[in-house]
Amino acid sequence: MSIELKNIAKTYDNNSWILKGINTRIKTGEFFAIVGPSGCGKSTLLRMIAGLIPISSGDLQIDNHSVTNLPPCDRNLTMVFQDYALFPFLDVEANVGFGLKARKMDVVKIEERVANALALVDLTAVKKRKPRELSGGQRQRVALARAIASDAKICLMDEPLSNLDAQLRGKMRSEIRELQQRLGLTLIYVTHDQIEAMTMADRIMVLNEQQVQQVGSPAEIYQYPANSFVATFFGTPRMNLLKAHCTQIHNHSLVIDPQLSFPTPFDLPAGDYFIGIRPQSFTIVAQISKANATIKNIEYLGTEFIVYVELDNGAKIRIAAAKQSSLSLNERILVKTPEDFLIFDHAGRAISSMKGTQKNGRTTKQAVQTAQ
Amino acid sequence: MEEQLNKQFKPLNKIAIPKLQKLKKIGYDVNAKDKIYAFLFLGPSLLILSIFVFYPMLRTLYLSFFLTNTLGKPTVFVGFNNYVNLLTSSTYLNSLKATITYVIAVSMLTLVLGILLAQAASKKIAGINFFRTIFSGTMGVSVSVAAIFWLFIFNPSVGLLDQVTTFLHLPTINWLTQPGWAMLAVIISTVWMNLGFTFLIFFGALQSVPKFLYEAAEIEGASKSYQFFHITFPMISPTIFFISIITLIESFKSFGLIDLMTAGGPDNATNLMVYRIYQDAFLSGNYGSASTQSVILAIIISLFTLMQFKLLEKKVTY
Repeated sequence: MSIELKNIAKTYDNNSWILKGINTRIKTGEFFAIVGPSGCGKSTLLRMIAGLIPISSGDLQIDNHSVTNLPPCDRNLTMVFQDYALFPFLDVEANVGFGLKARKMDVVKIEERVANALALVDLTAVKKRKPRELSGGQRQRVALARAIASDAKICLMDEPLSNLDAQLRGKMRSEIRELQQRLGLTLIYVTHDQIEAMTMADRIMVLNEQQVQQVGSPAEIYQYPANSFVATFFGTPRMNLLKAHCTQIHNHSLVIDPQLSFPTPFDLPAGDYFIGIRPQSFTIVAQISKANATIKNIEYLGTEFIVYVELDNGAKIRIAAAKQSSLSLNERILVKTPEDFLIFDHAGRAISSMKGTQKNGRTTKQAVQTAQ
Repeated sequence: MEEQLNKQFKPLNKIAIPKLQKLKKIGYDVNAKDKIYAFLFLGPSLLILSIFVFYPMLRTLYLSFFLTNTLGKPTVFVGFNNYVNLLTSSTYLNSLKATITYVIAVSMLTLVLGILLAQAASKKIAGINFFRTIFSGTMGVSVSVAAIFWLFIFNPSVGLLDQVTTFLHLPTINWLTQPGWAMLAVIISTVWMNLGFTFLIFFGALQSVPKFLYEAAEIEGASKSYQFFHITFPMISPTIFFISIITLIESFKSFGLIDLMTAGGPDNATNLMVYRIYQDAFLSGNYGSASTQSVILAIIISLFTLMQFKLLEKKVTY
């Protein structure tokens, strides 16, 4: 089942907007992640889709029928909550069958569906236990089983993994993804964790400051972020943003210092710009004569090092280096201009995309279109 | 690893053992010191409880086997005669019946109305805070004020209820002077008095039911009444259990409103057990019989509470 959001907005006092102008179409069987920092309105959006809170303006359509004014139970969807919403006084079986029983379904049918759902999430062995006798991961799976048993083709998930420890989270990520594929669910998944969104979703909607920042596949979002917010939100360690100021009318390169200048795809008017560089794009050369930076801190992460560097002009940058065991604190180094970088205007909008921009100067939009 | 640990702890053992032996040699109980401390800590409350609870309890039990003079001094030992006399006396059995009617009616009504009020006050409506305050208001009303308030309402010539019956062209009801109505009147007043506290506790319990349980049920298509009986009810069942026991015990002990509104009348219709004990002991001076009644009352309350525990305990643990 497809879901279409048409100019959806939310306000509680007709004055300040929680969400504004949300437009997107979620395709049948798609894993759609809504991601953003806390307080960006992502849970509010999910609750509006679920029908738990009213939509202030705009229209929500499921399979091309408006459901804006329908109660949650008539929208033919199911939801998994952050705190699982399990009934503590019911055993696993009864928890999974709760909705079916409430809808007065045939007892034999309920048993069959519950058994199937429990088998799918591998919980048949503990079906007689109460939620308090289960581990966090098992409780999470009970919530999943309940969603499966309801047989709705749309499933909404509100930060379902945030109460689990890191290891279990990784395991559940692939389990959820696998279930979604197997059952052909249209899944809307809310999370604040960019890694979750990147690894699980077919497409991602990035929300910030009441508005959609970008919608696209994980690769598009990572490679062609629409603005500096999206660029810095995705990827660990965070992307570096260097401020560059141009006084000339026509600039064909942005200069940070003599060793570090970034060619622009086309002439830029005077003004402030931001250059976005992923920590992995930098290269460090231990060269005293032309050195333009000092190492301030080194973090060892196992597979790589994060080197915290201060440029001579005072800007601080993070550099991810694979093998830099020879580097030491306070060492003078040369930070060279990387090949891949992004340019944002003073408001943070992307001007050029990372790959191949030096050659033909496509704007982000064009780049995304060609990528598709 | 274990060996290492043993090595570390060996010296401790070596120190501890001689000490014990030494203490035993000089006949000193090692625990004695601890016991002294224990009693020092328990002492104050033990003393107060002994004077005001344990002694009166034992004295009551003792007196229940005696006839007494008007000063409460035991005169003749009568064994179980007091008990036999009471349990064969029709007025006492009537009082017992009235008490049980009263207690069950009061507990039930308090519970049901308390939950309904709390449920109503949980709705998000403009000005609901005002009603929340009003609903819990009876907690701050003293028994004497409540009695006067209800006496005015039940007054057969100028009372509020009389005006209502007159308006509806119904015959005047002598609320406090007709046996059946008098019982109803005291039940209503007691329930009203109880409601403030009960409401507050239930309101708190309802607030603590996680909202997402209802949201989950809403999405699954459960109706509002289904949600109430299958989510709210089981979720607040521990509170229902708690309130039912408190109200039951409290209504067995009802005294103030009875005394001020009907004084046990008319025709002993509202002469509940506690009120009868008061009359026998402090108005008639039958301390022996009053003690016997107290013992019986204590046994009945214990039985009821025990029964409640047995019946409800299993249903409220989750």
